[in-house]
Amino acid sequence: MNKIVKKEHFSANVVKLVVEAPLIARARKAGHFVIVKVGEKGERIPLTIAGADVQKGTIDLVIQGVGASSKKICALNEGDYITDLVGPLGQAMHIEKVGTVVCAGGGVGVAPLLPIVEAFHKAGNRVIVVLAARTKDLVILEEQMKANSDEVIVMTDDGSYGNKGLVTNGVESVINREKVDLCVTIGPAIMMKFVAALTKKYNVPTLASLNTIMVDGTGMCGACRITVGGQTKFVCVDGPEFDAHQVDFDEMLMRLGAYKELEK
Amino acid sequence: MTQEEIIAARRAESWRDELRRSKKAKERMDLVRVKMNELDGEYRSHNNEEVNLGLTKEQAMLEAQRCLDCANPTCMTGCPVSINIPTFIKYIEKGDILAAARTLKETSALPAVCGRVCPQEKQCEKHCIYTQKMKKEAVAIGYLERFAADYERESGNISVPDIDTKNGIKVAVIGSGPAGLSFAGDMAKRGFDVTVFEALHEIGGVLKYGIPEFRLPNKIVDVEIDSLRKMGVAFITNCIVGKTISYDDLHADGFKGIFVASGAGLPNFMNIPGENLVGVMSSNEYLTRVNLMDAANPESDTPVLIGKKVAVIGGGNTAMDSVRTARRLGAERAMIVYRRSEEEMPARLEEVKHAKEEGVEFLTLHNPIEYLGNEQGRVKQMRLQKMELGEPDASGRRSPIPIEGAIDTIDVDEVIVSVGVSPNPLIPRAFGGLEVTRKGTIVVSEDSMRSALADVYAGGDIVRGGATVILAMGDGRKAAAAMAENLLKE
Ligand SMILES: Cc1cc2nc3c(=O)[nH]c(=O)nc-3n(C[C@H](O)[C@H](O)[C@H](O)COP(=O)(O)OP(=O)(O)OC[C@H]3O[C@@H](n4cnc5c(N)ncnc54)[C@H](O)[C@@H]3O)c2cc1C
Ligand SMILES: Cc1cc2nc3c(=O)[nH]c(=O)nc-3n(C[C@H](O)[C@H](O)[C@H](O)COP(=O)(O)OP(=O)(O)OC[C@H]3O[C@@H](n4cnc5c(N)ncnc54)[C@H](O)[C@@H]3O)c2cc1C
Ligand code: SF4
Ligand code: FES
Repeated sequence: MNKIVKKEHFSANVVKLVVEAPLIARARKAGHFVIVKVGEKGERIPLTIAGADVQKGTIDLVIQGVGASSKKICALNEGDYITDLVGPLGQAMHIEKVGTVVCAGGGVGVAPLLPIVEAFHKAGNRVIVVLAARTKDLVILEEQMKANSDEVIVMTDDGSYGNKGLVTNGVESVINREKVDLCVTIGPAIMMKFVAALTKKYNVPTLASLNTIMVDGTGMCGACRITVGGQTKFVCVDGPEFDAHQVDFDEMLMRLGAYKELEK
Repeated sequence: MTQEEIIAARRAESWRDELRRSKKAKERMDLVRVKMNELDGEYRSHNNEEVNLGLTKEQAMLEAQRCLDCANPTCMTGCPVSINIPTFIKYIEKGDILAAARTLKETSALPAVCGRVCPQEKQCEKHCIYTQKMKKEAVAIGYLERFAADYERESGNISVPDIDTKNGIKVAVIGSGPAGLSFAGDMAKRGFDVTVFEALHEIGGVLKYGIPEFRLPNKIVDVEIDSLRKMGVAFITNCIVGKTISYDDLHADGFKGIFVASGAGLPNFMNIPGENLVGVMSSNEYLTRVNLMDAANPESDTPVLIGKKVAVIGGGNTAMDSVRTARRLGAERAMIVYRRSEEEMPARLEEVKHAKEEGVEFLTLHNPIEYLGNEQGRVKQMRLQKMELGEPDASGRRSPIPIEGAIDTIDVDEVIVSVGVSPNPLIPRAFGGLEVTRKGTIVVSEDSMRSALADVYAGGDIVRGGATVILAMGDGRKAAAAMAENLLKE
């Protein structure tokens, strides 16, 4: 049982929770995630550790309500408890000073992108964030991204806010404008697939943090498996970050659809 | 006293002697082996109720009469923890069931579990004189073990073991499967301050997330866990040693000894085309969703894919549990696909029999070589290579060889891959200085279960690869004896 000590609303369906978890706060590094379960019959879902305060013994989670389980967590309030919380899981992200980093996020990927943006910025990189959404109302975390980067470019499908176009248009405009040393992308698999194809064309090294379906998060089930460079990998123990140019996104897309019908 | 002397002395007790003489060996041998009371195959293939109902007291006492109380009880040599089999059986014949249960607990930490899941036909019952010399059905040792343990539990007279005076020495256990639980119990008895760390949100390891309710009800395992709690064992769930806390953290927290019982929970795949299609999953994923997450219950938030035509690849207990689960979740066709013949199947005999009664089909001498999917990427067919048996291999099993050109294509909408597990690499990775085999198991000294790190002991599947509940439990007890001796000496 982990107590929620603070709750902040970032937008209608995105919240930040500060949760008591002293051991995880002490052990975690950027890129690690936790598995969270709310209620006795709750589902185990992965969430990135967005930040931590070792002194206070707390971790931050930024959650976007997209389905039953994530909405259930978003609905919790200060003083409530998360039934089960385990971590830190996965491999830490390699954060170093590489120069200019473009971070491209959309949909479910925007929340987990925030701590990565923050970490690269802290490491002294020039960080440009490309945020993509279908329409103005769905743009989230813009303020938080601005506070932790050098520039935020917003792309909307319908042009109702920022620039009209897809995330790839935003990334391409930056690549055409200046030298980009690294691209990091998190979002729907289809989006990451197109970002990877684009950056491959320009030879920009690209990392994708993969948000596959998970159960245990410790390598026990294989639900999270994907193919990278022709080999099967478990995202929860080998990832979540992989060389985007090696990931079989078509397979990942197909696997993410596994429970679509059941989750409706 | 040596083991032989103890066996002889207990056999010589006067009540035993009288009991033995009360009936002629010939009469005992003429009795027929008791049949387990069980639910009807068709009925039970639609629900999760425990299949075996256990014996009545009358049945158990009659079956106990079959045991000849041999001077040289060969059955005991087949038991990995050397339960004093004739003693407990004779207590049952006498009607003193609680004494029988106490006898079991002298050597087995979890008799109600082992009575249900041990492969008796390969252990005690295989070595019973009935099997060995008379070519008759063995005494039903497993049924009797289960009966005595259940009787004790249901009578409300569970004996909570005496606990030595607390010695204030802290020991840590990593993993709460049978190895960890039996170690914890033995150390608590010896007065140690025991904390069990478990990565999952439930205690019990495979007993909870793997073996289904219809074979091992959770309440049986919970009783054992409760009695450990009563003995003062602390359980910390959602804590992964090597991730949440480190080896150094354990030292800083004052733990003087560590027992690693982290199991072999990593699923193997076959690396054949189509294995990552939707609807193809490991038995660990399937069973975890259904058992640990209760996914088949509409109240649960966790989903599980339901197949109408389900193939389970493999011939072990895990495969049987998966295929029988699939039947219960509504599969019209539930198949075992195994590359050798039925004779070589590693599963318990009873599981194979039960699976057949529940309408499971057996495609033996078939090996999948490819899965084919539909437009959505869901598996729709599998291609099976037909096999024949060749010469026996190193393990003595006849190895299967493909029959060239003999390939079947079968419609399926779900495939559960159950071709073995590998040791959990978390601890070997996180504890520098352990000696680890190529297969990933931790190397320990056989008599003490001590690893290359002086304060670290290990047992169960992390040492043996995929093995059995009773071996894991035996390891836990052995490690406890050795660690206690060492720590108390210091
Ligand atoms: C390592 C990792 C870290 C993550 N970190 C965060 C985080 O910090 N904050 C956060 O809000 N989310 C994060 N996620 C995603 C989050 O776990 C999922 O949004 C959540 O599991 C969805 O569960 P649900 O029951 O709410 O939605 P569901 O009912 O399962 O799904 C609702 C809809 O979302 C889609 N969907 C569900 N899961 C995914 C996914 N993984 N990728 C793409 N689409 C999906 C479904 O197809 C469906 O249309 C992370 C995922 C991973 C693997
Ligand atoms: C489906 C299935 C059916 C089976 N049927 C039978 C049967 O009928 N008869 C039989 O004898 N055997 C059977 N077995 C095998 C038997 O269950 C195992 O041999 C036995 O459970 C091994 O016990 P263990 O204590 O070593 O490990 P496990 O039972 O695997 O327990 C290990 C525990 O450690 C935890 N853990 C791992 N790493 C860490 C860490 N770093 N920190 C904290 N916790 C950790 C895991 O989450 C797990 O709970 C079956 C196995 C399966 C999977
Ligand atoms: S070998 Fe069989 S008959 Fe003899 S003591 Fe053991 S169980 Fe009884
Ligand atoms: S989530 Fe189970 S293996 Fe990755």
